[in-house]
Amino acid sequence: MPKALHRLLLCLCLWLPFAAQASDAQDFASASANDRARLLQEWAAQPDPARLGLLGSLQQGRLGPDQPRTLRLNNRLRGLLDNALASQRLLSDDAQVRLQAAQHLQRRAQPTQLGLLERHHAAETDQAVHAALGLALANLQLVAAEPSVRLAAVRLLGESGDPLARTRLQALLEPAVESDEGVRTAARTSLDQVERKLLIGELLGQAFSGLSLGSVLLLAALGLAITFGLLGVINMAHGEMLMLGAYSTYGVQILVQRYAPGALEFYPLLALPVAFAVSAGVGMLLERTVIRHLYGRPLETLLATWGISLILIQAVRLIFGAQNVEVANPGWLSGGVQVLPNLVLPWSRIVIIGFALCVALLTWLLLNRTRLGLNVRAVTQNRNMAACCGVPTGRVDMLAFGLGCGIAGLGGVALSQIGNVGPDLGQSYIIDSFLVVVLGGVGQLAGSLWAAFGLGVANKLLEPQIGAVLGKILILALIILFIQKRPQGLFALKGRVID
Amino acid sequence: MKRRSLIKAFTLSASIAALGLTWTVQAAETIKVGILHSLSGTMAISETSLKDVALMTIDQINAKGGVNGKLLEPVVVDPASNWPLFAEKGRQLLTQDKVAVVFGCWTSVSRKSVLPVFEELNGLLFYPVQYEGEEMSPNVFYTGAAPNQQAIPAVEYLMSEDGGGARRFFLLGTDYVYPRTTNKILRAFLHSKGVADKDIEEVYTPFGHADYQTIVANIKKFSAGGKTAVVSTVNGDSNVPFYKELANQGLKATEVPVMAFSVGEEELRGIDTKPLVGHLAAWNYFESLDNPVNQKFVADWKAYAKAKGLPGADKAVTNDPMEATYVGMHLWAQAAQKAGSTDVDKVREALAGQSFEAPSGFTLTMDKTNHHLHKPVMIGEIQDDGQFDVVWQTEAPLRAQPWSPFIPGNEQRPQHAVKGQ
Repeated sequence: MPKALHRLLLCLCLWLPFAAQASDAQDFASASANDRARLLQEWAAQPDPARLGLLGSLQQGRLGPDQPRTLRLNNRLRGLLDNALASQRLLSDDAQVRLQAAQHLQRRAQPTQLGLLERHHAAETDQAVHAALGLALANLQLVAAEPSVRLAAVRLLGESGDPLARTRLQALLEPAVESDEGVRTAARTSLDQVERKLLIGELLGQAFSGLSLGSVLLLAALGLAITFGLLGVINMAHGEMLMLGAYSTYGVQILVQRYAPGALEFYPLLALPVAFAVSAGVGMLLERTVIRHLYGRPLETLLATWGISLILIQAVRLIFGAQNVEVANPGWLSGGVQVLPNLVLPWSRIVIIGFALCVALLTWLLLNRTRLGLNVRAVTQNRNMAACCGVPTGRVDMLAFGLGCGIAGLGGVALSQIGNVGPDLGQSYIIDSFLVVVLGGVGQLAGSLWAAFGLGVANKLLEPQIGAVLGKILILALIILFIQKRPQGLFALKGRVID
Repeated sequence: MKRRSLIKAFTLSASIAALGLTWTVQAAETIKVGILHSLSGTMAISETSLKDVALMTIDQINAKGGVNGKLLEPVVVDPASNWPLFAEKGRQLLTQDKVAVVFGCWTSVSRKSVLPVFEELNGLLFYPVQYEGEEMSPNVFYTGAAPNQQAIPAVEYLMSEDGGGARRFFLLGTDYVYPRTTNKILRAFLHSKGVADKDIEEVYTPFGHADYQTIVANIKKFSAGGKTAVVSTVNGDSNVPFYKELANQGLKATEVPVMAFSVGEEELRGIDTKPLVGHLAAWNYFESLDNPVNQKFVADWKAYAKAKGLPGADKAVTNDPMEATYVGMHLWAQAAQKAGSTDVDKVREALAGQSFEAPSGFTLTMDKTNHHLHKPVMIGEIQDDGQFDVVWQTEAPLRAQPWSPFIPGNEQRPQHAVKGQ
């Protein structure tokens, strides 16, 4: 008899978590919006491991793992839900999970969670989690009754460099809010500390966005540096080569989705050779059919390539429609890495900076270390002499033009990951591309590199001060002045034969 | 000789074809309806679907026998996102094609461009997009929202507990008349709610701006100062890089919600919306609305897109300006039927008080005096499938206040449509 009772009890104990979860779910489902908020706050203050599954389901709008989506959440409930979930996760055995939860609570912890945080802070064995919990606790202790607790909290916050700490500390400077003189002085010191750290983060952030904009400009302009810079073709259809690259990415994405959904994560890599081939192919075709007949007639080239660009835009519009197409970022290109409390560097931007430098390096190697590059340089410097020496100038022209267009195609793949893919994509980059090439010095690859990064950083330094609109105007005005003074650009081609 | 005869033959056949064409047109008595939307250029992204939905509505009206026993005949022109060209094409529609009514325009600057033409020639224009107000022409019927039917309720929602209780506002817009005027109204409204100037930041970007790194970083910095919401009047395809940057920099809707006034289902088609769940948009209609009228509207549109082979037809979506076009055209047809004529003055008179059961689930009425439609306000949250979930809505349609009380001097404006205002 006692044995049977034992078993029954054991059974009950085992079932209890599930029973609790089921009733929690029912409570939540039947509650009104305000009661739901209250319920979530209660759960956040008193976590229960059994509730983890339920909270996870609630986040997706379900009442259980295999229930249909019936719940309507709003931002208020979503925030509270995140908070409750973080509370539950503090109970996890995995230190990494606890750390993430503690970091979340640093920003969002509610006063009702004070007791919970104190308990976990005291019991925590992992160093990093302990420190993170201490910070989360400090935010709540700023209003503690005991001045010594407040003082410790203020000192701790000073070391954090958290943007939210600044506002909280600033409030403490008022004698009306903080009565204790010692805490006020400590708050002042901590505030200075936090502000210094924030400034560093801000400056690094500006530098990074400058480099990132520079890399985008470089990718857009690199192809033009060859077709316009080396070959001297005023190629107004350059932007459309970028667009073709971006649409190739879209095409590859669709094909991969249909035939190899498993490889979807890596479709941008697959798109690179395809985009290069498509743009280079179209470029070579144009060179052989149209541009070849116009060498040495810049005005006609300009008109012809402009016409070609309009034809390409309308062709794409007919095939794919006037609306933008969706090019999704794969997982490894979404999100960012938190470097400092106020500095997140997006992965897509980091990858694009690296990619731009790689493409620039490859182009440089191709032009300076291969037979094709030698021929291209020979033809651009003195066409007749090169022809005399047996360089097949026509073929070299075609290949070089194809190379320039292909590189533009590669740029298109990168641009598709950060911006819009639509028929007008090229139009928005063509002016910037010409700016970069002309500013850098026509015919100079290194010049384009410097010009792109210089323009990017200058733009991003000006933007916070005077706004995006005025910043752009000022940059353009400065370039006009610069070109007046130095028409050959930053780096001039030195030599006797320049036509 | 040979070439000349070829030219002759060609001219002959062309003139025969032209004759044939005019003959068929004259054979059936029709009413011409002008459609003035950009089919190329930057605005093509938004306006192309308005042209298509207008054509669909014309087909539907014709299938029921047309208006006053005559079939409608669409005349489609392309002003190519070029503002002066709007005026030129508008004049062409009114004087050469002699259309009875024109459906068109998206940006306020294009509407301002055609307005003098319509007032001079006494034409009739239906404008289907939410806008900044400050206009009430007798020759225009506005079927989109005025600020009090979109912007102000949206900000009230952000300040409410469910909306996150925002106390600081980052007003971000594209640099032209609509965002500037809307933000001017919003600033005055926020002042009236006790929000100080230091808690309002106004930032503008050029059309087609694609690099939102600095702006998102600034939003983050601004939001550290207290509960913040972003009110976005960014227009066109700049929204895609803006939302991508928001997602990449980890700015979540639970921390800083973004309320957009020009982002609908069509704009979200180009974005992966999973990181954007919870960001908001204020409109008067969403595709996700669950009512029989809307179900039919959406099904009709999807079937039409498929039948006509429109690009991206398998993922066709409806949005607020499309609904406004659809409602506007039906209102006009009803009024023309009631007036027994398509004469502009008679139709204008018949339009006052005209109502229509709209896909928004409400019966919308054209105001008796102010040329604006009474509309319900809805706040939608972005979902992971690119649709919106309505989290708040008014119980009944609101009357528009085209002259916003938050702009000084508007009290003296006339409450009926007058030319040249």
